[in-house]
Amino acid sequence: MTKSSKLKDAIADFLLGIGDMGAFISSIFKSFLRHGVNFQEFSRQCYRIGNQSLPLISITGFILGLVLTLQSGPTLAKFGAESMLPGMVSLSIIREIGPVIVALIVAGKVGSGIGAELASMRVTEQLDAMEVSGTNPISFVVTTRVLAVSFMLPLLVLYADAFSLLGSYISASTQYNISLETFFHKAFDVIHYKDLFPTTIKTFFFGLSIGIIGSYQGYFAKRGTEGVGEAANSAVVKASISIFIIDLIVVNITQLLT
Amino acid sequence: MDQALSNNIVLNVSNLKKSFGDFHILAGADLDLKEKQNIVILGHSGTGKSVLFKCIVRLIEPDSGGINVLGQDILALEDEKLTELRIKIGYVFQGGALYDSMSVRSNLEFPLKYTKGAKRTQAELNELVEEALVNVGLIESIDKMPSELSGGMMKRIGLARTLIQKPNILLYDEPTTGLDPVTSGEISELILKIQEEYNTSSLIISHDLKCIEITANQVNVLKEGKFTASGTLDEMKHHEDPFVNSFFK
Ligand SMILES: Nc1ncnc2c1ncn2[C@@H]1O[C@H](COP(=O)(O)OP(=O)(O)OP(=O)(O)O)[C@@H](O)[C@H]1O
Ligand SMILES: [Mg+2]
Repeated sequence: MTKSSKLKDAIADFLLGIGDMGAFISSIFKSFLRHGVNFQEFSRQCYRIGNQSLPLISITGFILGLVLTLQSGPTLAKFGAESMLPGMVSLSIIREIGPVIVALIVAGKVGSGIGAELASMRVTEQLDAMEVSGTNPISFVVTTRVLAVSFMLPLLVLYADAFSLLGSYISASTQYNISLETFFHKAFDVIHYKDLFPTTIKTFFFGLSIGIIGSYQGYFAKRGTEGVGEAANSAVVKASISIFIIDLIVVNITQLLT
Repeated sequence: MDQALSNNIVLNVSNLKKSFGDFHILAGADLDLKEKQNIVILGHSGTGKSVLFKCIVRLIEPDSGGINVLGQDILALEDEKLTELRIKIGYVFQGGALYDSMSVRSNLEFPLKYTKGAKRTQAELNELVEEALVNVGLIESIDKMPSELSGGMMKRIGLARTLIQKPNILLYDEPTTGLDPVTSGEISELILKIQEEYNTSSLIISHDLKCIEITANQVNVLKEGKFTASGTLDEMKHHEDPFVNSFFK
């Protein structure tokens, strides 16, 4: 095969992939509008997501706050601006680092889990069995998972933010003797609604893309055990890339608006 | 089996074609299934027997040809009508296809609970589930998870889950393959019992001679994407085409 025809094939595959994904997303929306969501399954998925990721997110959040404070403290001190430390740390964690890190962790744990689970349901014909028995697998399996990730991710981010601030406070108080009250007063002083709102919307979209990409990779997995591993793997890679792309878009939009 | 067959055709497949890329799997398959008839489909591995089943319920869209199920052109149906018709076709998957995150009980309740317009009380559900499990002889496994079952048990639960919807037509994909002779005999008897009790019609993919002997009124041989021979088991055993009687050696 010549180089140019390989390139053409790759481009054609890419475009077809976008078309398939579009059709998949529209079938999720359609089934959501038509059938709503199975609340029991939705709650079960939410519980699983929390259960899977809370320990890791707590530790990561805590260490993130600790390290960020340790590192930025001396720099700020050079300019005599130690008092700005809590504000700077909380702003960067809540606005940017927290959502992205937590989303990446969830993409790794939950996104790959959804990919693998759906792929194995595909391989063992469970999805086919649902379809022929007259139950809609998109509605029962996919919509519930996509909504569960979208709903849980903003909560997980808030939870991680709290642990980060705790880590940051411990670090700041040991280095600069800042009291708990002063620390949190200063940390929250810089946070406005206009920071929280776009961030929460952003994390919702992170969740949506993790759920959709994970489900898509699993739902259309290749037959055979190989397909399961492949689905899990590409779910993580593609979801992570989509997180950075969404982040870039949202940052640009918020800067245009403010 | 010698019971009289009516001439009502419940499933008709005509000139069905399906290719995957350059591989022509089905190349003009024709088939008529009559009321209360059990047809066994024979064919080498990879000739497209499962693909044929999947086309019939439209898990796979055929390239061309016609499929008529209970008087309706299934290929022309849209969402809701398609779902209604699919419920009348019971599909027993090769591996059972149990939902592995749910217990046996939930597996059986699932098609009753989540199909459109299904409104049953928990008591009614329990009764139906227990009846279906007694039917396949596995009532004691009601609260087990699929991972705790053997392959044969999974197949029987899969069968129970299909039967609970009381389908008119049953598609069995290798219901006895990989089972010991005793279990496989039991399942074959069960297939026959179901047919007699509920007046269903079935297509059965099987290479298991015992299963064929017990269940089949007719045997159809699929070769290179077409049905090349059909008749009773005896006729097929003495068929002039060596390809056909090679299945019985
Ligand atoms: N979704 C699919 N995409 C591409 N090729 C497929 C697909 N499904 C089946 N095939 C191909 O079609 C051919 C027939 O497959 P099928 O599963 O119908 O065989 P079979 O007759 O049921 O065999 P077996 O007795 O081994 O189950 C195989 O070569 C298979 O690779
Ligand atoms: Mg097969």
